[in-house]
Amino acid sequence: MTKADVLNPPVEPAEWSPPSRGVVAVICLIVTETALFMIFIVAYLFYIGKSLSGPYPSEVLTTPVIATICLLSSSLTIVLAERAFERANAGGFRLWWTGTIFLGAVFLALTAVEWWELIAGPRLTINSNLFGTTFYSLVGLHASHVIVGLTLLTLALILFLRGHVRAEHAERIKLISWYWHFVDVAWVAVFTVVYVIGR
Amino acid sequence: MGAREIALTPGIGTLSTMTLRLHDLAVTTDHKKLGLMYVGAGLVFFIVAGLLAAVMRLQLAAPDNGVVSPHVFNRLFTMHGTSMVFLVGMPIIAGMMNYLVPLMVGARDMAFPRLNAFGFWMFLFGGLLLYFSYLAAPGITGAGSAPDVGWFAYSPLTARAFSRGHSTDYWILSLLLSGVGSIVSAINVIATAVSLRCKGMTMMRLPLFVWLSIVTSFMILLALAPLSAAQIMLLLDRFLDARFFDTQAGGSALLWQHFFWIFGHPEVYILIIPAFACLSEIIPVFSRKPIFGYPIMVAATTMIAFISLGVWAHHMFTVGMISLGNIFFATSTFMVAVPTGIKIFNWLATMYGGNLRFEPPMLFCVGFLFQFLIAGLTGVMLGVAPFDWQLHDSYFVVAHFHYTLVGAFLFGIFAGIYYWYPKAVGRMLDRRLGFWHFWLLAVGFHMTFDPQHFLGFLGMPRRIYTYDAGRGWEVYNLISSVGVALQAAGIMCFVVNLVRSYLKGEPAGEDPWDAWTLEWATTSPPPEYNFETLPVVRSSRPLWDLKHPEDPDWRYE
Amino acid sequence: MSRHLLSCRKRAPGPALLAVMAYAGAPDQVTNIFNPLSTPAESVHRIALLTLAICAVIFVIVAGLLIYAIVRFRRRPGDDASEPPQIYGSNQIELAWTVLPILIVVVLILVTARTIADVENHPQPPDALKVTVVGRQWWWEIHYPDLGIVTANELHVPVSEAGRRQPTFLTLESADVAHSFWVPQLAGKTDLIPNRVNRMWIEPKQAGTYLGNCAEYCGTQHAKMRIRVIAHPPEEFDRWAASQRRPAAEDQMAAAGRDRFFSISCVNCHTIQGTSAKGTFGPDLTHLMSRETLGSGASPNTPEKLRAWVRDPQAIKEGCLMPDMQLSDKELDQIVAYLLTLK
Repeated sequence: MTKADVLNPPVEPAEWSPPSRGVVAVICLIVTETALFMIFIVAYLFYIGKSLSGPYPSEVLTTPVIATICLLSSSLTIVLAERAFERANAGGFRLWWTGTIFLGAVFLALTAVEWWELIAGPRLTINSNLFGTTFYSLVGLHASHVIVGLTLLTLALILFLRGHVRAEHAERIKLISWYWHFVDVAWVAVFTVVYVIGR
Repeated sequence: MGAREIALTPGIGTLSTMTLRLHDLAVTTDHKKLGLMYVGAGLVFFIVAGLLAAVMRLQLAAPDNGVVSPHVFNRLFTMHGTSMVFLVGMPIIAGMMNYLVPLMVGARDMAFPRLNAFGFWMFLFGGLLLYFSYLAAPGITGAGSAPDVGWFAYSPLTARAFSRGHSTDYWILSLLLSGVGSIVSAINVIATAVSLRCKGMTMMRLPLFVWLSIVTSFMILLALAPLSAAQIMLLLDRFLDARFFDTQAGGSALLWQHFFWIFGHPEVYILIIPAFACLSEIIPVFSRKPIFGYPIMVAATTMIAFISLGVWAHHMFTVGMISLGNIFFATSTFMVAVPTGIKIFNWLATMYGGNLRFEPPMLFCVGFLFQFLIAGLTGVMLGVAPFDWQLHDSYFVVAHFHYTLVGAFLFGIFAGIYYWYPKAVGRMLDRRLGFWHFWLLAVGFHMTFDPQHFLGFLGMPRRIYTYDAGRGWEVYNLISSVGVALQAAGIMCFVVNLVRSYLKGEPAGEDPWDAWTLEWATTSPPPEYNFETLPVVRSSRPLWDLKHPEDPDWRYE
Repeated sequence: MSRHLLSCRKRAPGPALLAVMAYAGAPDQVTNIFNPLSTPAESVHRIALLTLAICAVIFVIVAGLLIYAIVRFRRRPGDDASEPPQIYGSNQIELAWTVLPILIVVVLILVTARTIADVENHPQPPDALKVTVVGRQWWWEIHYPDLGIVTANELHVPVSEAGRRQPTFLTLESADVAHSFWVPQLAGKTDLIPNRVNRMWIEPKQAGTYLGNCAEYCGTQHAKMRIRVIAHPPEEFDRWAASQRRPAAEDQMAAAGRDRFFSISCVNCHTIQGTSAKGTFGPDLTHLMSRETLGSGASPNTPEKLRAWVRDPQAIKEGCLMPDMQLSDKELDQIVAYLLTLK
């Protein structure tokens, strides 16, 4: 309220560091993807026990233990890769990042095998009954996100091997790993709904 | 000289100025150009969808009329509704947010300019795909044309058995595409508003337009995904024989309704909140007072956003939900009216004690206030579930949502266009034409939609291509149809105004309205880089502080 | 059968009458929700009036403030260029105009819950008439399971009198897509959804014909899926039911038409009780001539209109699912002559 106020207002804040745009964007992306998954999960839960004819979940589902272990471990390996990157450990990064891709690919392959067996054996397809419809769409939705994640990881690896990824890109590596963690958490939800609750 | 340099010199070389301009727009990532493209495309679709409505009103002007067949009429109302919501409302709000948010926060562009361009083209292709259905949906079998299942496409009417040909598929695909555009735009707006604020602009110093854009965008993130999910399910049903909505296989037709309205209700708030945002910028400037209760306005809007996620089944009071369900959703519907009312009171309080200038932007704001009040009250009536058992799916509902979408949303958007056109173009819109536009539209709007409330009371259901004489509906329908002519005249004034003012409007200068937010601190139109030097701010009205150094806002905030 | 409707048809109510929302006090072609003639519609009517009153008061106050502000605070020619006092807000005022609406909301919640309970949880008396309505594109199939009657498009019910209450309880189903049963003067609407059973009830207090419409868009001819509910005094209703239970009349004069009818594909879609025609895709025709309209209200049921319908249903109700049977004039005459005997 003094003259000094008016003539010399302290305008520039000492520190000005709003959140990074990449972080905000990926959080928003995860929010909207979560909403997407929620609807398919709600449909799955709603239709449990409502199929008019078989095959039924308890008859044909086997718990994908190995696939789950692979996918969840890949969250661990990606954290190790990130740490290596921060410490400028190129070899470590290469190892753990490739390991993540490998584990994700194994997960996809095992899912494919599971589907093959369900279709060839008990003839469970997307149009057999409500269980088939909700099973393939929910697990398929998740698998499609794994594919996108693997694509991102592979792209990053190729760019890294070509020398285009430097220390200042640490945040981008982190954001890719956030997406990958989201895919993992989504699998925990899908797994619980399909193989635990729905069986 | 390189090929590029030759092309840049008009007249020399092979490319004309027009081609250069079009090429520029095709590859631009500038938020201002994209914003104007969004709004421009939205306005073109608005004219088209308005013409569809005019044909409908012609058909309904008299009982047993033969202007169009039932098939054509059913396509008309489906295309009209779908276009207005997705190809007019969504792009116009996206365009305004994209144009204004960077300028208002003192940034040079959106956080992700290329993503912005991607979103625009997704929307545009989606929109064109929808109209392409007129040509392509018949396919080999000759069945199907534009979609005719209503804009909310209830199951099982959309199943392959009841919806032959590809019309419904075009509905699904075009909306999936433009939905991606909306989501991407929302991410961009939030990232820009949070991360690119100029120095000193804390969250509580953001212009209300930016705050409300953040809220809208957050709602888009939560609400568009359920629509996309439901549409993917429908696509799987139609193409792969999935059973999501197949009642013969035990599927639930109601599931579609739930999923759709989980999107559909927040969607209407997504549309109206940007109109609220325009009002929150314009009313203060034309009342010469700051917005009354800035923090409350932020809180109220946030509350509206949250509560609106929990009201969706008030569109389903007649489907036979358990009583507890009906009571719950009636309750949540009433609750959302409270913060909405608070906002109206705050705008009124801003005007109260002010010095009101009734330029076109303010006129449209006053129209908004009056009409949104009525719309909100008819909304409360619809929220009383037993009353809704009579009013649902009748012309009363048609009247209600046109009051919110035309009487409120459109009027709010026009207010915004009259307000910011000078900034975007560098010339003022003609004042006189603006008054003609407002009055013709207002009178025509009331002529068309006021009688429809009574049609609802008299038992006229919606989505009927004709009706019998003797039900007492004739007079109201006739008046309603005549109003269309006045609205059309008003819109024509607007279009003429846009074009004429672009060519020879009065130069606007930087700050024609004596306003207070950062977009008015640069030239009209702004240069590509927006600001010569990025500003540093100390309050939510930085230009007020500059113009009134003896009484700056930062002393009181 | 009430002749009331015919006299009403002649005088189309003038705009003034409608504008005033006059209470006709009897079933009318003008189906005004503010003229309820059945118990559930009356419950809705009461809460509707209360809600309108509350909204009207709010409107007058807020619009009044808006108009006052516009007039009082507008810039006048003599005004100087100074800015008015810059007010940023007031927590007390915000509190006041938050609390008051919340109180109104509480009142609305209570009244709403009460009316919902009154209508939805009304007990079904043991002697209530039970009817099953199946919605079809674009007509209404009506069953009286206890009376052994199947009919179409017209719902006949007994009037409920003070001393002898007999409401009608409807079970609503759908054979194809979603429909909605709406007869404004009798009750709010309830949807008919495939793979779902809904229930509603009506209790007409006066004899007469009540008009209604399908109120959920169900495809091409949603507009002409009209409803007639005809309420009879109890004895008259019993007579109607008895006549409906009888199998189709045998009239030797129409033998040629009868043979023709049974030789072509009419029987694939239509049922005539007491004959070999057992198709269920289209309406039951056993007592076709006892109905007031054809095509669920698409046209009046007169011999000329019946002939036009059978000749080409698409001309009267374009898009309906009965095809043009491509009959010659002679075949048409014979079949219509037969149908006219189905009283």
